[in-house]
Amino acid sequence: MNLAAHLVMLPVLLPLVAAALMLPLGERRRPLKVMLNLASTLALVAVAVALAMRAGTGAVDVYRLGDWPAPFAIVLVADRLAALMLLATSVLAFCSLLFSLARWHRVGVHFHPLFQFLLMGLNGAFLTGDLFNLFVFFEVLLVASYGLALHGSGSRRVQAGMHYIAVNLAASLLFLLGVSLIYGVAGTLNMADLALRIPAIAPADRPLLEAGAALLGTAFLTKAAAWPLGFWLEDTYAAASAPVAALFAIMSKLGVYAIARVWLLLFGVAAGPSAGLGADWLLAAGIATLVFGMLGVLAAQEMARLAANSVLVSSGLLIAMIAVGNAEVIGAAFYYLVVSTFALGAFFLLVELADRGRSAAADILAVTREAFGEDEDEADDGEVGVAIPATMALLGLAFLACALLLAGLPPLAGFIGKFMLLDALFAALTPAAGLAPAVAWLLLALLLLSSFATLIAMSRAGLNRFWAPLEPRVPRVRIIEMVPVALLLAACAVLTVAAGPALDYAGAAARALIAPQDYVEGVLPPPATPEVAP
Amino acid sequence: MELVLTIAIGVLTGSGIWLLLRPRTFQVIIGLSLLSYAVNLFIFAMGRLAVDVAPVLEDGTGNSDPLPQALVLTAIVIGFATTALFLVVLLANRGFSGTDHVDGREPPP
Repeated sequence: MNLAAHLVMLPVLLPLVAAALMLPLGERRRPLKVMLNLASTLALVAVAVALAMRAGTGAVDVYRLGDWPAPFAIVLVADRLAALMLLATSVLAFCSLLFSLARWHRVGVHFHPLFQFLLMGLNGAFLTGDLFNLFVFFEVLLVASYGLALHGSGSRRVQAGMHYIAVNLAASLLFLLGVSLIYGVAGTLNMADLALRIPAIAPADRPLLEAGAALLGTAFLTKAAAWPLGFWLEDTYAAASAPVAALFAIMSKLGVYAIARVWLLLFGVAAGPSAGLGADWLLAAGIATLVFGMLGVLAAQEMARLAANSVLVSSGLLIAMIAVGNAEVIGAAFYYLVVSTFALGAFFLLVELADRGRSAAADILAVTREAFGEDEDEADDGEVGVAIPATMALLGLAFLACALLLAGLPPLAGFIGKFMLLDALFAALTPAAGLAPAVAWLLLALLLLSSFATLIAMSRAGLNRFWAPLEPRVPRVRIIEMVPVALLLAACAVLTVAAGPALDYAGAAARALIAPQDYVEGVLPPPATPEVAP
Repeated sequence: MELVLTIAIGVLTGSGIWLLLRPRTFQVIIGLSLLSYAVNLFIFAMGRLAVDVAPVLEDGTGNSDPLPQALVLTAIVIGFATTALFLVVLLANRGFSGTDHVDGREPPP
């Protein structure tokens, strides 16, 4: 058996097996679960690195489940973009898992299995090659995320979680409607097959297909928290426990990924009369989200809400950039996506550490301790790691790095991402690129404005918390809680130093999305294509 | 046949959306359930309606599309699980806030 050929399956299989093994273990066997979870997550990082290195050469790895030929079988596809997202997910997951080991994994039941199920859903959604399995993996990750959002319980989490679940259930129904409409018209759900069939759809059926695509897009935009579909995000993310919120930072990016993948593949330049369907709507949704997130960042009183609104800003920015449809812009956007995911993850973790000494967060922790027994915490204090000296200085430094990354100031990767976006937008201003100058200027202005708004909000929060705090209490922080923040920031630093190769990779991923011949031929080898066109 | 199914989907969707927008959590969950029934019927209809035809290939008798039926089965299972989960959250919220209003507090009279 050739193990390398089965590598594509591992990101789905590994968390599934790990979670299934963990489920029957009771809460008393937690150390065993921790070992399993750590092993599985570390292995996922390794697998993602291997997949990214294979995909980096331009290979499109296609895994046919059951080895049936492609339009009939379910396929998993690992191309550059999928491998990039897998890598970002696994690194973020490893860091938030490390963070949770200090205390958060103890405040509720089934943290570890849910964590692995969430990873399985995310990885599956990034890899899947057909629309219905995209739905199934979305549901897997959503169900796990419902559990994790409520992790630690408390009335604030349950309240926010209920809204989150209701909105996402409704969005899932829209997803199903869209998928079934597309199937009813095109007769296939395989994305590569759809890309081949959509140009040949009869004009009479086209409105139905476009309605289906619009419903699907609405569902994706809800997951990406685009305005006005994203009001659930702020409360949910701000209320969720820190490691969960950090992991959720990649979930809104999944919505962005799904839009990029499905929209560019099915309604790209090759889609005949439907090419570029809904581009204006995407652009408008992205800009509205960006503006809303920007105002939210400025208005945020708590740091957790500031972080949640920063998710909206980066989501809106990415949606708008994808809607531009220019390969250079999208390539820079993918680079920015990874940087902002890591920065947001680090920021969510940091917020909890910085807020820990304060009464508001202490209230939440107290509630969760009440609900799940307070015996463990005192007993375990200092067992996982020692409290570190100069805590405030380290936290302040990490906060500064997060602020620089999110606001896009030099010298870190956030600056490079935003600078490349600006550069690509300027390059797209030429008439040949087909981008309306007004739109490009608007995006340029918003990009700079949103950076400025983030900078103001972050400076204000930093001054209040680290420089001149109202209640100067130093939070007790353990090394194991500082390490994941440092790891995420180090990942951003690596992306800064290795910006050249990373941008090349992201650019190649974007070009492969805009001109998806490799993807389509990888899934449907050429001998199969003649029978596709009726 | 088409008319009956269309009306059924329409009524289910209409009632579902109405209930989804109501302020009580129980109404919301019933609304979501009705909507998921409507969606399931809709998926089924996307495989084209056929009477007395098996979803397997047989010589000469024609067949109905098996794929939407498989999709519906999956959607039913997932919908069932998420509804059960939502019920738990609904009860937890009732326990925490002491009210069944979706915002966790009664609106001022």
